[in-house]
Amino acid sequence: MKQKFQQWEKDVYEKSLENSCPVGAPFTTVSGKKINALYTPLDLKNFDYTEELGFPGEYPFTRGIHPTMYHGRLWTMRQFSGFGTAEQTNQRYKYLLNHGTTGLSVAFHLPTLMGMDSDHPLAEGEIGKCGVAIDSLADMEILFDGIPLDKISTSMTINPPAAILWAMYIAVAEKQGVPSDVISGTIQNDMLKEYIAQKTFVFPPEPSMKLIVDTFEYGTKAVPRWNTISISGYHIREAGSTAVQELAFTVRDGIEYVEWALKRGLEIDEFAPRLSFFFNAHNDFFEEIAKFRAARRIWARAMKERFGAKNPRSWLLRFHTQTSGVSLMAQQPYNNVIRVALQALSAVLGGTQSLHTNSLDETYALPSEKAVTIALRTQQIIAHESGVTSSIDPLGGSYFVEKLTREMEEEAMDYIHKIDDMGGMVKAIELGFPQKEIINSAYWYQKAVEKREKIIVGVNAFEKDHEPISLLELDESVAKQHLARLEEVKKTRNSAQVMQDLGDLKKAAEDEVNLMPFILKCVKSYATLGEIIETMKEVFGEYEEPIDF
Amino acid sequence: MKEKKIRVLVAKPGLDGHDRGAKIISRALRDAGFEVIYTGLRRTPEEIVNAAIQEDVDVIGLSILSGAHNVLFPQVMSLLDQKGIDDIQVIAGGIIPEKDIPDLKKIGVAEVFLPGSSTQNIVQWIQENVPDG
Repeated sequence: MKQKFQQWEKDVYEKSLENSCPVGAPFTTVSGKKINALYTPLDLKNFDYTEELGFPGEYPFTRGIHPTMYHGRLWTMRQFSGFGTAEQTNQRYKYLLNHGTTGLSVAFHLPTLMGMDSDHPLAEGEIGKCGVAIDSLADMEILFDGIPLDKISTSMTINPPAAILWAMYIAVAEKQGVPSDVISGTIQNDMLKEYIAQKTFVFPPEPSMKLIVDTFEYGTKAVPRWNTISISGYHIREAGSTAVQELAFTVRDGIEYVEWALKRGLEIDEFAPRLSFFFNAHNDFFEEIAKFRAARRIWARAMKERFGAKNPRSWLLRFHTQTSGVSLMAQQPYNNVIRVALQALSAVLGGTQSLHTNSLDETYALPSEKAVTIALRTQQIIAHESGVTSSIDPLGGSYFVEKLTREMEEEAMDYIHKIDDMGGMVKAIELGFPQKEIINSAYWYQKAVEKREKIIVGVNAFEKDHEPISLLELDESVAKQHLARLEEVKKTRNSAQVMQDLGDLKKAAEDEVNLMPFILKCVKSYATLGEIIETMKEVFGEYEEPIDF
Repeated sequence: MKEKKIRVLVAKPGLDGHDRGAKIISRALRDAGFEVIYTGLRRTPEEIVNAAIQEDVDVIGLSILSGAHNVLFPQVMSLLDQKGIDDIQVIAGGIIPEKDIPDLKKIGVAEVFLPGSSTQNIVQWIQENVPDG
């Protein structure tokens, strides 16, 4: 076999190549990983089907976490959305639900993401721009008005103030008559990737980790169907990492959360089944599929072998996927529809549990209704027309995909061991290690594009004159309306109760007890997000990022 | 005679933390031989203008992806104006709808670089528009 292969490579392949004009050589992925012309059984030495792949729903879950995969149930089509006031976003949610979206995903505006009220001086110009403005329970009640929280699952992309927004959601459900053990959804609540990549931080790493473990602990007891964290590679990738770095840092973040929770004395098999993940689907089709498959295998092995988890549900890496924002181009924006379709397809072939497809106009602004509809239709076409859901893990067994999956695993494990040696991810972040690795990769890629070693259609090749497209416009009256409600809430609530609850929260933070019950009390008395965060800051302090590039 | 290096302040106004672009531009400008000062995240217009004066820069590069440019850029420009500064070129990049560009230029933003711009274009623009020191 080996001899035959070498003969083919030398006498047939290379000879034929001499007579043609090679396109795109050297062949590397978008991450710079070298790809061979052909993969054969020679690339899969000692391949052991049961050891490496197993069956769907069986350890190590390379082929998928469910035995039936998309036969039992399609992935959740979950479009991240939010803008303007709570009223406007509530309307968009109802539109999406009427058009077949199957789960909600809340985008908050930047002041909310940073734990600031909308009347904070730094909130000027930001109100309702990148998402919906939420300051207190009053906004949250409007956001979910008429949406049955016992039937719909909701994901909230929120990090430093995750515990607070979660408490608001629990309180809104209660008002609808839905108890906390019935609601389901996810809070992102992943601070490690914020220090590494997305840079939405308030408190230093240690109190952030404490707060996250508080939510794990509270969730297992009171909100058992909630995913208390979505350990995210998405932002790491958007910041410029390679596929391997995204995989490695995300899984190592997951390991870090498990270690901190175990230190608190939590039982691994109680909290681990509620850990969820979130990955990017970038341009390089097969590399992404290999990444998703490798992620499941690495996590299953880490949970079973490193941590001794016994509950098979603890071994499962369940993940959400979003197509890559940075891969979208301002030039010839309709081409983005094709990029998104390919990326979404890789997520489905990689076995995702839920998916957000980006809209074609997002390099300019939040998406228009028309653009969002195309993005959702892209998922529906993959699900219902392409036939790719018929067979589970259809690329399993491909020499190329299996070899790539192996390589992704090996290279990610090298990083994971390196971070173990540094003393864990919090330590590695303090050393600036993942941050530096990411910016190095981002800069390498930018140079490759500028040297045209990497082609971007419409940008450094196949350019044409620009045609503007119509965009979603938000008028500035949004800020005024929203600020009026904030003022109204502050005027009409029981201020003495608010002071009392914030005081209790501060004392609880000093006493290092679980803060969730105290946060819940604060939100129910209509303490604002900013007030709650400021109270915790008095105890926890603030994070200052070292400036480096 | 030693030629004075062009000095650039790469600044991030707005609440977003997306610093990939700002950092790539900072590196590329440094590699092109400029002196680069990067402000770090979430700087107010006051902080940016003060840093630009203190560092005696020739160019301010504003990177913003939050959508607050129509509020924050005019503040930067009017602060420069109030302080009587007219020898600093202000350029910008990030997520900025094209229809906003004419108004930004009207208030004195010299150039807006959209996603997909090459760092070499930005280097070249600075070389052509900043007089040698």
